[in-house]
Amino acid sequence: MTRLRRKDAAKAIAMVAVVGFALLVPVFATDPATTNIAVFTAMYVGLATSWNIMGGYTGYISLGHAAFFGFGAYALGVMLAHLGIPSGFEPFLFVPVAGILTALLAVGIGWVALRTRAATFVIVTIAMMFMIQLLAENLSGLTGGGAGLSFPVPPWSGDFYNTPFYYAMVVIALLALGVSWLIRRSKFGLGLLAIRDDEDKALAVGVPARAYKLTAFIISAALVGMIGAVYGYYVTYIYPQFAIDPLIGISMVLMVFLGGLGTLWGPVLGAVILEPAQLSFAYTFGASKLYLVFYAAVFLLVILLLPRGIIPSFMDLVARVRRRRAVGPSAPAATASDPHAVAGIQSP
Amino acid sequence: MTLVLEAVIFGILTGGVYALMASGLTLIFGVMRIINVGHGALVILGAYLSFALFKSAHIDPFLSLVATMPAMFLIGVVLQVVFVRPLKDNREALSVLVTYALALGIEGLLGFIFSNNLVQLNAWYETSSFAVFDFHIAYVYVFGFGLCLAILAAMFVILYRTDFGAAIRATMLNRTAAQLIGVNVDRVSALAFGIGVSTAAAGGVVFGLTNAFNPGSHYDLISRLLTIIVLGGLGSLRGAVIGAVLMLIVEDVAAVVISPVWANFVFFVILVVVLVVRPQGLYGIRVRERI
Repeated sequence: MTRLRRKDAAKAIAMVAVVGFALLVPVFATDPATTNIAVFTAMYVGLATSWNIMGGYTGYISLGHAAFFGFGAYALGVMLAHLGIPSGFEPFLFVPVAGILTALLAVGIGWVALRTRAATFVIVTIAMMFMIQLLAENLSGLTGGGAGLSFPVPPWSGDFYNTPFYYAMVVIALLALGVSWLIRRSKFGLGLLAIRDDEDKALAVGVPARAYKLTAFIISAALVGMIGAVYGYYVTYIYPQFAIDPLIGISMVLMVFLGGLGTLWGPVLGAVILEPAQLSFAYTFGASKLYLVFYAAVFLLVILLLPRGIIPSFMDLVARVRRRRAVGPSAPAATASDPHAVAGIQSP
Repeated sequence: MTLVLEAVIFGILTGGVYALMASGLTLIFGVMRIINVGHGALVILGAYLSFALFKSAHIDPFLSLVATMPAMFLIGVVLQVVFVRPLKDNREALSVLVTYALALGIEGLLGFIFSNNLVQLNAWYETSSFAVFDFHIAYVYVFGFGLCLAILAAMFVILYRTDFGAAIRATMLNRTAAQLIGVNVDRVSALAFGIGVSTAAAGGVVFGLTNAFNPGSHYDLISRLLTIIVLGGLGSLRGAVIGAVLMLIVEDVAAVVISPVWANFVFFVILVVVLVVRPQGLYGIRVRERI
């Protein structure tokens, strides 16, 4: 018992440290170049975590989440323009509204896309993304079409400019993490994992698979839409190919796979590793398309060398080392001296 | 009415090249159960190879296929062996990501070598046309259609009239059973991937003759190709051919009847309708495997 409690306490302390560190970033890193990286990293932490709620827990791989991202950005932009909302902190109040609108879109898309499974689902999500992109292009009365849509320019300047956006991204990322954590602990979450492992058996034991999948899809999309909304206000100008960018959609997926599909902290780890790397690639190679080649190379290395992701691979390694220690010739001594040896037997 | 009729004819002619590209894609899916998201990029790569041969040696684009198709076949085999074969667990999902990464790599490489400016393949038949009744049809569409038809026919002959084709079809039907009766599934997979990629080269030439393209064009292309093979039913060659022609006819007619801006959108509307009415596609069997 005490051992378990000590482990929980350690976990809680680690979590407070991570959150505290995240909240303090703008205090010790003030120059805009660094905080810009921080904004995008926090953004991808949120995106990867939200994507994982659908892709990781249910096993339904959506490559079209960029649609929700861009839709959220457009939703906020159109609202700000049509309601005449001034720049400042007010637009942030409308971010949840953008999230709700994205959720409504996800109901429609999910209802159609979730009629399919496996490979077909992946394809349908890609197609849906291009459909939304085309809509953003064609509904030019609302979205500005190919000419793009401008947001009110934020009034802040200098070192402070990035700070409100950073905190907005962190708040949504924490919200996504909280939701992800709650889902993992709930009966709903168990149902999602059952769907991932074997949907037909899950149905047979009474998991309302269709409703569960759709719910996970909507939650995931709404969070991504909110992040997109903040992003739109941050970059202040969006156009269809830029807001609904397939690269954004694939990046969040890659981060989840790097960190660990279906784990709580995997997406966070993946985003924290990959996004700064991605930004420095883009910075080093600038306009040159060579940056894409490097990105693809990293991508391939991750999938081929670490197909299960960092956290599950690491957990496996730890479990294997402990088991070896526990059953090896010097086992009794090791068990006695190592307080974690028994607790180390974890499900992979 | 004449306009609609003209649109139907153009739909059929342009549908041919999409049928060819989609067949390669659906063949790869059928044999390996993987979605090759990089197929569009491979088509564009094929187009650029012919473009380079034309620029450097003034080789006719159609003629250049003699060199580019075997080259692309080899590229396909190598890609399959190096990147797709090592995937073991969670193959369907990981293969999507791997082929996506390949698409990005090809896009980046092409952008680095050829820049992002739009280019188009040139040949004498690209601008000259002939009249049928009241329509003027450019030779390039007819030649392209003929080429696609010929390659499709060759593909069907290989698949349905040779032992190797039987091995491919057996693998498509049931991988494990094929293995049990002595089919070397790994070898079949690599060769099928190579065939799919080499047809992409042919598709690339026809696409490049009739459309301006740049390294980023693969996104538009793959979204259409994927829609077509879902419409036809994943893994069904017949479905891919019929789906492609159907889609292109509807798109071209919609461009005339509704507006060119919304023609693309009709593509996706059809997809939604098909998914609601018949999620397995026209000729598909319902995919039951978990991802």
